[in-house]
Amino acid sequence: MKSTKAKKLTGKKVVTISVAYLIAWFFLYPYIHMFLTSVRTHEELYAYPTTHFPQVWQWRNYLDLWDNAPIANYLKSSLIISISATILVLLVSLPAAYFLARYRFRFRGVFLLLVLATQMFSPTALIIGIFREVDFFNLLDSYLALIILNAGFNLAFSIWLLAGFFSSIPAEIEEAALIDGCSRVQALRKITIPVALPGVVTAIIFTFVAAWNEFTIALTIISSVDKKPLPVGLTQFIGQYDIAWEYLFASTIIAIIPVVVLFIAIEKYLVGGLTAGSVK
Amino acid sequence: MKSASTKRKSSVATHDVSVASALPWIGPALLLIILVVIWPVVELVRISFTDITIAGSLLDFHGFANYRELLANPDLYPVARRTLLWVFGIVFFTVILSLPLAQLINQNFPGRKYVRWALIFPWAASVVMTSMIWTWILDAYSGEFNLTLTQLGLIDEPVDWVNNPGSSFYVLMAVAVFVSIPFTTYVLLAGLQSIPNDIVEAASVDGASHWQTYRQIKFPLLRNALLIATIINLINVFNSFPIIWIMTRGGPGYETDTTTTFAYKLAFIESNMGQSTALGVFNFIVILLIVSLYLKLTKATRTEL
Repeated sequence: MKSTKAKKLTGKKVVTISVAYLIAWFFLYPYIHMFLTSVRTHEELYAYPTTHFPQVWQWRNYLDLWDNAPIANYLKSSLIISISATILVLLVSLPAAYFLARYRFRFRGVFLLLVLATQMFSPTALIIGIFREVDFFNLLDSYLALIILNAGFNLAFSIWLLAGFFSSIPAEIEEAALIDGCSRVQALRKITIPVALPGVVTAIIFTFVAAWNEFTIALTIISSVDKKPLPVGLTQFIGQYDIAWEYLFASTIIAIIPVVVLFIAIEKYLVGGLTAGSVK
Repeated sequence: MKSASTKRKSSVATHDVSVASALPWIGPALLLIILVVIWPVVELVRISFTDITIAGSLLDFHGFANYRELLANPDLYPVARRTLLWVFGIVFFTVILSLPLAQLINQNFPGRKYVRWALIFPWAASVVMTSMIWTWILDAYSGEFNLTLTQLGLIDEPVDWVNNPGSSFYVLMAVAVFVSIPFTTYVLLAGLQSIPNDIVEAASVDGASHWQTYRQIKFPLLRNALLIATIINLINVFNSFPIIWIMTRGGPGYETDTTTTFAYKLAFIESNMGQSTALGVFNFIVILLIVSLYLKLTKATRTEL
């Protein structure tokens, strides 16, 4: 099948491939340029006219940047917030998704609508309410507030996706385990969750990446430099008179590459969790 | 989408249970939703009707005064008009460009996997960081865009694309289209993949051209995916904040603001909580309307199918 297709490398096919690669290049281009900027010297960045490629490849930028900006702090904050939010989402969405897949109850529809609301209302639209609430709990400038908010706004993806996985697992398998003397929680832990593992991994990665990239809430409620996550911390470069673009883009490369790799790993499940709210 | 709906049908044992026995399972999720969505909404609406001071302490019922003040603010109207252009322009171009792109990456060709991976970049990367690199690429003197245009002989003088009033807002819109295409294309791709191959093959056996097959068979079957992609985009683009905030701050003045960034500016830069919350409530209602449209339309297509 494949070999016959490969043989037919017609003119039309060549056009398709060329167009596809050109488009791929277009979407990659800013990130390639980001990388090329990150290895230039500061003088070269401000030289006029500029050049397409670095004249000197200054790899040292990736070492020097740690001394020239509180990147380590930003990275630490981003990791703390994203990992904690991911754990919280799992703790909350696993039981909810399981229950939705297995049981019908009154107000189920209302609950589904509320879950959908977390996906549809971005933090940006509610930011003043959020700010006042966080202030009310005395949690301004705290990780805890960011963790809870990031978890809440990314709940829907995990619930839709995991509920889909759980309902694909026949309840009989679990019931058999119950007869064998397992408790319901044991049956869940030993049988259902391992089968739903791809869904769990996808939920973990999606939540982590979403929290990693979150900007508006962090911008609004975090004020100390040492608590700023990467996207907010890095904007500090922009306001400066002499912007250190090379360090800025070395930092963004460090921030972007891992999450792109993670997203590629869950590529085939991404759409399901984002659009499933409509078919439930 | 296809997988989700077939999975649902195959789910075997679903039992009816009481709300009380549901609470241990869905209670934590419910609490989280109340904290992050319900509370902020109630708080937003509540303070939009109060006379709030900058410190945020005094709360006297103020009726519709904030709303009247907002409507009397002459800056609101150009911002509102621009928001319409922002939302419909970006969603239109995103969908129009994603349709052929989804069709393209649904075909079999060597290296297709890598083309799809390339498309993941703007989706996975922080929008803040993507906006930063576009700012740099489009920089008047140091940007590669002007360098290329100069070398091609298309411009003589450096053009400040991001800050030039003639181009500024369109540049922001283009960046928004750039970051919206990957998600949209993937949703449409999933829609294309859910179309059974035999239908398409039957059509080509019957002598339908590629274009006829696409228009008469694939496109109608794609309608649901298209609807979902369009409406999620409407919401995301309306809520979009980082691109404008990073590239122009909505400036100069309010020249590149949308209602979303304008509301943020009013609250956190100008300490005008009253007008900002009134606008926040308005923004909230807009999203509510789009969401109800979404629910209504997806339900309609569902019963139809």
